[in-house]
Amino acid sequence: MAAARTVRVIVTLKPGVLDAPGQAIQKGLDALGHGGVQTVRTGRYFEIELDDDDRLEGRVREMCDGFLANTLIEQYRYEIV
Amino acid sequence: MNVGIVVFPGSNCDADAYHAVRDVLGRHAQYVWHEERSLKGLDAVVLPGGFSYGDYLRAGAIATTAPAVRALRPYVERGGLVLGICNGFQTLLEAGLLPGAMLPNLSGEFRCEFVDIRTERADTPFTCALEPGDVLRIPIAHAEGRYVTGDARPAIAAHRQVVFRYCDPAGAVTPESNPNGAEDGIAGVASVSGAVLGLMPHPERACEALLGSADGLRIFESLDRWIATGRTLGAQAAEVH
Repeated sequence: MAAARTVRVIVTLKPGVLDAPGQAIQKGLDALGHGGVQTVRTGRYFEIELDDDDRLEGRVREMCDGFLANTLIEQYRYEIV
Repeated sequence: MNVGIVVFPGSNCDADAYHAVRDVLGRHAQYVWHEERSLKGLDAVVLPGGFSYGDYLRAGAIATTAPAVRALRPYVERGGLVLGICNGFQTLLEAGLLPGAMLPNLSGEFRCEFVDIRTERADTPFTCALEPGDVLRIPIAHAEGRYVTGDARPAIAAHRQVVFRYCDPAGAVTPESNPNGAEDGIAGVASVSGAVLGLMPHPERACEALLGSADGLRIFESLDRWIATGRTLGAQAAEVH
């Protein structure tokens, strides 16, 4: 079995794309009395373990561009641990 | 006509579409399991509403990996017609068969209600029994229907790809008649050739007066008329969106 690497991917809406769930969560925080919350932006977090090889980063980008993120409206960042 | 209705894990309007085509319209309908690789012999394919794969990742995203959806591009290139309703529309966007993307409703709510939509084009296989300006009363039921064009906006305008817009009962597109915050009130979009249509409202749920409206039937009647008269579209093979 090939050695495994852990990749952490975070997908968020692009800046400027209105985040309706984020706004609802912000209102919820307000309602609970958490003052001073200026914005809430939501997103998704993925922890992926995959075989290590010299194409690892390229493979991660392919996964993100083609599936994990919809790059029309979303952006992603990742770290390879 | 022979209509194939794709069944995914989580589809919940497949039986409604089947009923509309077979029992109301009196044409042939068959279910197509999502693992099916061949769409041969089908005049049209319907991607029905529902919550395919639990809407995991993004609505419609996982469905794009199903063999039946991967078969759609070659099917359209060979002359096939595809109608995506609600979750089916979301799937067509995720699959890149239609331009744009879907975001959660501006209201933050799941909206389940009758809406009015205005027909913008009557020259597609799905609207050829309608006239431009015709208003259809059809229900919606979705949490993610805020359509955005993204960088496809100029192309969508240039190719007249908007087929339906949310409107008031008189046909005026107003902010109040827009249930989800969709850009320019867009409720339905076609591919450049017109062979693929996606829309958020559910025509299959409005095919009999008993259900509150029979307006949705006119979309299936259009499809039937188009196929029965053997009309064809240009340049499906070179379809980008």
